[in-house]
Amino acid sequence: MTTTENPTDAPVKEIGRDRRRKEDRRLITGRTQWTDNKALTGLLHIAIVRSPFAHATIKGIDTSAAKQLPGIVAVYTAADIGADQVQLPCAWPVTKDMRSPQRPALAGSRVNFAGEGVAVVVARSAAIAKDAAELVEVDYDELEPVLDMEEALKDGATLVHPDLGTNSNAQWVFDSGEAGSGGNATEAISKAESDDDQIVVRRRFRQQRLVPVFMEPRSTVVDPTGEQLVMWSSTQVPHILKTMLALTLGLPEHKLRVIAPDVGGGFGGKIAVAPEEVVTLLVSQKLGKPVKWTETRSESLLTAHHGRDQIQDLTMSVTKDGTITGLDVKLLADMGAYLGLVGPGVPILGAFMFNAIYKIPAYRFDCTNVFTTKTLTDAYRGAGRPEATFGIERLMDEAALELGMEPMEFRKKNWIKHDEFPFTTVSTLTYDTGNYEAATDQAMQMFDYDGLRKEQAERRKRGDVKQLGIGISTFTEMCGLAPSRVLGSLDYGAGGWETAAIRMLPTGKVEVVVGVSPHGQGHETAFSQIVADQLGVGFDDVEILHGDTQSSYRGLDTYGSRSLAVGGIAVVKAAEKVIEKAKPIAAHMLEASEGDLEFAAGKFSVKGTDKGVGIQDIALAVFAAHDYPEGIEPDIDAHATFDPENFSFPHGTHLCAVEVDTETGFVSMYKYVCVDDVGNVINPLIVEGQVHGGLAQGIAQALYEEAAYDDQGTLLSGTLVDYTLPSAADLISFDTANTTTASTTNPLGVKGVGEAGTIASTPAVVNSVLDAIRHLGVKDIDMPTTPYRVWSAIQNSSGTSGRADEANVASPGAGLGSTARDMPEGGNL
Amino acid sequence: MARIRTTVDGLVYEDDVEPRMLLVQYLRERLGKTGTVIGCDTSNCGACTVHLDGMSVKSCSVLAVQANGAEVLTIEGLERDGQLHPVQQAFHDNHALQCGYCTPGMIMQSIDLLGDNPDPTEHEVREGIEGNLCRCTGYQNIVRAVQDAATKMKPGAAPTAEAGAKQTVAGGGA
Repeated sequence: MTTTENPTDAPVKEIGRDRRRKEDRRLITGRTQWTDNKALTGLLHIAIVRSPFAHATIKGIDTSAAKQLPGIVAVYTAADIGADQVQLPCAWPVTKDMRSPQRPALAGSRVNFAGEGVAVVVARSAAIAKDAAELVEVDYDELEPVLDMEEALKDGATLVHPDLGTNSNAQWVFDSGEAGSGGNATEAISKAESDDDQIVVRRRFRQQRLVPVFMEPRSTVVDPTGEQLVMWSSTQVPHILKTMLALTLGLPEHKLRVIAPDVGGGFGGKIAVAPEEVVTLLVSQKLGKPVKWTETRSESLLTAHHGRDQIQDLTMSVTKDGTITGLDVKLLADMGAYLGLVGPGVPILGAFMFNAIYKIPAYRFDCTNVFTTKTLTDAYRGAGRPEATFGIERLMDEAALELGMEPMEFRKKNWIKHDEFPFTTVSTLTYDTGNYEAATDQAMQMFDYDGLRKEQAERRKRGDVKQLGIGISTFTEMCGLAPSRVLGSLDYGAGGWETAAIRMLPTGKVEVVVGVSPHGQGHETAFSQIVADQLGVGFDDVEILHGDTQSSYRGLDTYGSRSLAVGGIAVVKAAEKVIEKAKPIAAHMLEASEGDLEFAAGKFSVKGTDKGVGIQDIALAVFAAHDYPEGIEPDIDAHATFDPENFSFPHGTHLCAVEVDTETGFVSMYKYVCVDDVGNVINPLIVEGQVHGGLAQGIAQALYEEAAYDDQGTLLSGTLVDYTLPSAADLISFDTANTTTASTTNPLGVKGVGEAGTIASTPAVVNSVLDAIRHLGVKDIDMPTTPYRVWSAIQNSSGTSGRADEANVASPGAGLGSTARDMPEGGNL
Repeated sequence: MARIRTTVDGLVYEDDVEPRMLLVQYLRERLGKTGTVIGCDTSNCGACTVHLDGMSVKSCSVLAVQANGAEVLTIEGLERDGQLHPVQQAFHDNHALQCGYCTPGMIMQSIDLLGDNPDPTEHEVREGIEGNLCRCTGYQNIVRAVQDAATKMKPGAAPTAEAGAKQTVAGGGA
């Protein structure tokens, strides 16, 4: 892969080196600190009793049998610990009139999704707690489940929360005509309808519901025995969790400490103030003892938040020579039964991404968030941007098809040219840098695009059983969440800054305290590389401290590809302050004036002499503090907060080839090439790893995964037998590379890479599946494009498969081949 | 309660356990061997993979009592005198882990695979670790690491690596 180049005349730069990770040693030897590893004297274990029904009132709970089991300490209903009165927080009220239900930590009188907690059992061991949970008798009165978003919005629909009077959570609209950033899309499309030189393309796409499936199940331990109440939790957001616990439960914030120890993946799924975290805390307070909760995988699939789940109605007007004139986006987004921490805002992030890399003169985005009696949805890798990218990149293919244009040529005709940056889009964002031509040229060449098209034509001609399909996705994303003022304008409940502090220890070693909170990204390695270059100290002399609100009291944690583009810049700013503070001390030690000093490679030198002093020596000098200038403090430690002025905009060209077995419907990956521009690269090894993992998750959405519910609201994919993650045998080796246009909005020129692979790959794969079998009359296939759906689509060759009709797109049993409703009934777009 | 006697990572343990206790629970909760982790409840993910008498097993699918009289090798017993096992080293060298949660199981399974097939093709590696799920890496660097380790463990490769490999593949070398 190509990386940023280092100037050859400089000393060895850490930035750009493929350093092996500092984090690895503990992880490959089993010397780990997962939350569930935590053992404390007197530790009690809890198990949560959960509703088997999607929608029901609770008539009574009998805990007597459970309480009799030896080893049981207590059994609590919601009211016993006040869990029914809790209002778990939603930090993103997307509109002023957003309707927000109370979300309790345990349900008191009514359950609104299958899996909602109704009681908690406390025992000496986890096994006893689980045994006893089985003995808790709950008397339910079943209500109608609410499962279909379109039905849910109709008059007279059963209401998830009757007190809200509607199943609509909020409607969020952007209109470029009103915003002054473009024309009126409704008018543009209506004009195109009657214009012989234009066509109008309408499509409905379904973003199925997914589950993040971090490998480490969630776990929380709370110890109330010290002056500060300590919570260890498998979370991405220890700082947000701490502040939200204080606000939600009325606890004094300075009496709380939250620790995210080793965290085994998150992908957005651990951005939460989880009901179980609150229940663990309430039980520990009630009993005055340390308490642990660890979920099973089935519990995780059922109750940890889900992602995606949208119905997308898209309309594009385009001239017959291939110039887009308008885009209208209408979304329904399933919130599930309650609002998660940032859930309502997730689809809204898509508002800024549907226009993607294209010059679209008129744009309208209209999203309605809907309550259903399902597990709530919230952030999952990409959060709103994969949904938007899928929609636009599928639509680009569909429009190209109707125009009779080559899909890449159609994209080229409409994308922003490299000499047009910075470019302010129709959705009001300003893309600082990018070069779509360069990434595409390299990807096409690596992929052998023309060669594969030729092979495809030959297979077609021969009528091979295995047909080849080629799919494109040219994407961008907004990363580096986020400029605080922009978040404010979107009614988000917090800012988007990040903090870092640098402690210069007496022996010259360096502790860097960061507010971002890694769970696999390799922050310790990448940030050490940055600090080593900034301060001119050794890579191994730097320790990165994170994930404990006692050492790192200020931070906004890790999500939205922000750790490097925001957190990394805070580290740079803190290092600059260290150098600034050290300067007068260096001048004093060297008996020179500050103006004669220069700092390079860890050393202050007097210009034009060989006199100098290292920053690590200055650290020792201020520790001794025997001799330093008057009027300054003997301390070169520093603390910095960085608030970005703009998002960053990585982009890339992803090309996918699949083989589709036309007799069985089985899709196998054939070739995958992507060239991503993520700005300057700190560690190419880590960047490549992030892309690989992102691709796997995006491909999984296209081919394998779906959280499916039956018509009673029961989750059908509640184990890893049914929720089918790809294994090594399902995937291939990807061919990845980078082009680089440095971001101009931060001093490192970085853009972020955590979500790119996931955002870009899904439409490339689905476009390739359809490209393989479109000549057989297939028009669309819902995700995941399982063998059953592909086979059905070929058999019916009448259009959309996986969808019984337009009104019922939830497609129960989809992907499992278990219900007849998965069969298409000629439903055509 | 049933009395069991096992050798785990070279040390002998004798304990009374509930007949229903899983081997993984015994390792984690009784012996403090928390390097071995639990990732699911349907034996799909393989995070808990250890060696039982030299064969890889998912320790969530084995009862502790079934390990009576057996030798168990976990991720914590691979390192010899401060020297990483070649597969551990290869995982580090090839950036074959991110969050690291699947890693103990993935490494134990990879060692078992290389014991059966010292020179696997990419396809054979992918098939051989199919029972171990990873959500971070997309598997590509794991496959690379296993093939890299295979090269380094070949007869005639670095002597220390070879010795380490022989010991562990044989089932703990205790």
